[in-house]
Amino acid sequence: MPYSINVNGAVREVDVDADTPMLWVLRDVVGLTGTKYGCGVAMCGACTIHVDGKARRACFTPVSNVGSAQIRTIETLHETAVGQALQRAWRELDVVQCGYCQSGQLMSAAALLEANPRPSDDDIDMVMAGNICRCGTYGRIRAGIHLAARYLNESTTGSGQ
Amino acid sequence: MSAGNPTGLSRREFLAVSLAAGGGMLIGFPLAGRTQTPTPLPAPSAFIRIDRSGRVTLILPYVEMGQGSYTAQAQILAEELEVALDAVTLQAAPAAQVYASPILGEQITGGSFSLRGAWATMRLAAAAARTMLIDTAAQRWRVRAASCRAENGRVIHSGGRSFSYGELADDAARRPVPAAPTLKAVDAFRVVGQPRKRLDSPAKINGTALFGIDMRPDGVLHAMVQACPVLGGRLVSVDPAPAMSVKGVRQVVKIDDAVAVVADHTWAALKGLRALSPQWDEGANRNLTTADMVAAADAALARTGLVFTNTGDVAKAEASAARRFEATYRMPMLAHAAMEPLTCTVKVADGRCDVWVGSQVVGRAHKAAAEAAGLPPDSVSVHNQYLGGAFGRRLETDYVSQAVLIAKQVKSPLKVTWSREEDMQHDYFRFHNHSLVSVAVDSTGQPQSWRHRVVAPNIMARWFPGFQKDGIDLDAVDAAAGPYDIPNVVVEFTRNEAPAGVNTGNWRGVGPTRNVFVVESAIDELAHAAGRDPLAYRQALMSKAPRARAALELAGRESQWGTALPARTGRGVAVFEAFGSHLAMVAQVNVSRTGHARVERVVCAVDTGIAVNPDIVRAQIEGGVIYGVSAVLYGRVTMDKGRVQQRNFDTYPVVRMNEAPKIDVYIVPSTAEPGGVGEPGTSGVIAAVVNAVYAATGKRLRTLPIDPAQLRNA
Ligand code: FES
Ligand code: FES
Repeated sequence: MPYSINVNGAVREVDVDADTPMLWVLRDVVGLTGTKYGCGVAMCGACTIHVDGKARRACFTPVSNVGSAQIRTIETLHETAVGQALQRAWRELDVVQCGYCQSGQLMSAAALLEANPRPSDDDIDMVMAGNICRCGTYGRIRAGIHLAARYLNESTTGSGQ
Repeated sequence: MSAGNPTGLSRREFLAVSLAAGGGMLIGFPLAGRTQTPTPLPAPSAFIRIDRSGRVTLILPYVEMGQGSYTAQAQILAEELEVALDAVTLQAAPAAQVYASPILGEQITGGSFSLRGAWATMRLAAAAARTMLIDTAAQRWRVRAASCRAENGRVIHSGGRSFSYGELADDAARRPVPAAPTLKAVDAFRVVGQPRKRLDSPAKINGTALFGIDMRPDGVLHAMVQACPVLGGRLVSVDPAPAMSVKGVRQVVKIDDAVAVVADHTWAALKGLRALSPQWDEGANRNLTTADMVAAADAALARTGLVFTNTGDVAKAEASAARRFEATYRMPMLAHAAMEPLTCTVKVADGRCDVWVGSQVVGRAHKAAAEAAGLPPDSVSVHNQYLGGAFGRRLETDYVSQAVLIAKQVKSPLKVTWSREEDMQHDYFRFHNHSLVSVAVDSTGQPQSWRHRVVAPNIMARWFPGFQKDGIDLDAVDAAAGPYDIPNVVVEFTRNEAPAGVNTGNWRGVGPTRNVFVVESAIDELAHAAGRDPLAYRQALMSKAPRARAALELAGRESQWGTALPARTGRGVAVFEAFGSHLAMVAQVNVSRTGHARVERVVCAVDTGIAVNPDIVRAQIEGGVIYGVSAVLYGRVTMDKGRVQQRNFDTYPVVRMNEAPKIDVYIVPSTAEPGGVGEPGTSGVIAAVVNAVYAATGKRLRTLPIDPAQLRNA
């Protein structure tokens, strides 16, 4: 049956079965391929998106569950201050290798920083352990999250003066 | 590196300079290494184009699969041509035999060969172009070339006037190629050796980078595929009805050994596939188990192999030895589990076949597609995309052939995607590798002879026959004796193939990954048996390996080797030479009472010759280490009834953020030719971790992966 979903600020009609995961709705029906398939069973994090600001595994989020929630994908992450800070940090530290997991890493990291602007290493471990990177960029992801947190902190203290 | 000609070839024999289509200068050159001067001389396989606007394009036969080779190669070109790095655009060459890597003989990205193939000839080609541009300007000004210099994409006369390269390119292309272009001196480098930012980062952090799985040609349909779960089996029949009743499913396609469901989107295809009950002819492997394959490899350990190395007189040394050390090491079957599952998009129409894929072997992918399509090669185009990891898996083309065979039966363009489970269960696995090491030791514990019997499949016989010698897979015996002063050495290769239907292939770090584990475990055992410090013991045996020894000393210092550690925590070391690089690693591991090993820190010292981009060198070593830590802690594919028992990341666990060690990479300054760095991080860390487990617990593990049951309360 047709569902009306709100993706990156635009309403989209999609006619798929109720159990269709958002991963495939986004990639194959809507045509946003930045969200990646890695495992299909919520074990790798490659498909991470934001549903009303919360990180969700798109492969385990049926289209019938999202209702009118605001969905954000990697394609519009740069529209948020946290997203910009993370992307800047990712470039500064050259985090990526093959890059395939990085959409999911950034989306998970963004949700983490939105909820916790100064995460400790343990906080990062807790959240980011859900995102596999087979190229082994973990050390740089961790450093990237800390650096982005610093950028954000600098810009908030800066604008307050 | 001194100026001159590092290839041993004269430039006329290998540089091809011509006017570019549309104006400008085109310089073609082969990506030859100095170690192998191929005959006949190779055709150009890479090209530098300087157009009339001065834009420089580097056309490479390689793909970027995460190893940063694009960026490093652009740096080499910018350096020698005297242009800014951001003036260089990279383009992947289309598949064609002409784009052949002369080290490996064809278009292959793997084995850390990319940069090694490019270094010597690309510098020479760029230096020739620079010289021709300078000569052109000097002639126009009627001045001596010596009074002109090249800088930032311009030729500048000592008087201050200048031309851009674009203004000179057409005329320069008509000049004779200089006999001996002068290379820049290493101490004048300003781009090479700098940690420049990767060129592929921006697209990979905003969702715009297109991987093979992201292809959406107009009208594309989506397929999921299942091959016979018993490896080597065939499809007998399948009733398509249950799949056809799933909304969005369009077609069920049969091929010899697999069934595919074609649908409007991937989820419908997957649902359709799961609804099917295919009848399989399970074939000869229907009762195959891991125990069978381990027993076969063990049996092979008793067979004398083909002799690869035979120096000194091992038998004599053994006869007069004070003691003999003998040990068997066993390595399991492994999957690659790249982050992007295998996928290939195909359009067969109007007597043509277009293929969009991420491949490490574009030329082979082209050939495979043409064969499967039943079309002449020039009716086939392969469009290579970013690879979501490869680690050796995308050196095969099975998934390309399969996708074409399926797409041929479908009217629309088709994307075939393997589920994670399919990807894991139908891999070209790293096969069971066993080794027998036998060492004669004198009364002080010094090794007098070294015997290493390598039991492994001959992957090269199928994958690259040229890399064999007298029936020996030269990769399987690479680094099998270590960098040590042992006067009498025998290395043997005993071939042990997987049962037909169980596909085996190259896995990150290839031969050295198997052999460094064996050699560095055995040396560690010898050191402990002699009551010596394992690092000092190695050091004293390395008079002929000064670069590896320097790396060892550096890793020792930076890891605070020898200082006290908490209980149940130990350091282990590994040192080796492979892929033209010289490395040492020290792993620090804590083992809990329950037997859980935690790799806390890994210190790596790397002499890779000139580190063209030190930050990419670090990143590659870091990544290789994580890949190796996953393997040593968890990596094991098992089979029962001919089926792979692992399905996804629950049953084939890999290291995650919370288990990732702190990794410090130290680069040894060097002016030698660059070596490979993509593979050796994986090769070294496995032994370092196992040796650290021994230091922490006194328990020597000779079978991988680490078995926590053996470390409980050890
Ligand atoms: S694809 Fe969704 S978590 Fe792996
Ligand atoms: S960058 Fe390749 S999987 Fe993370």
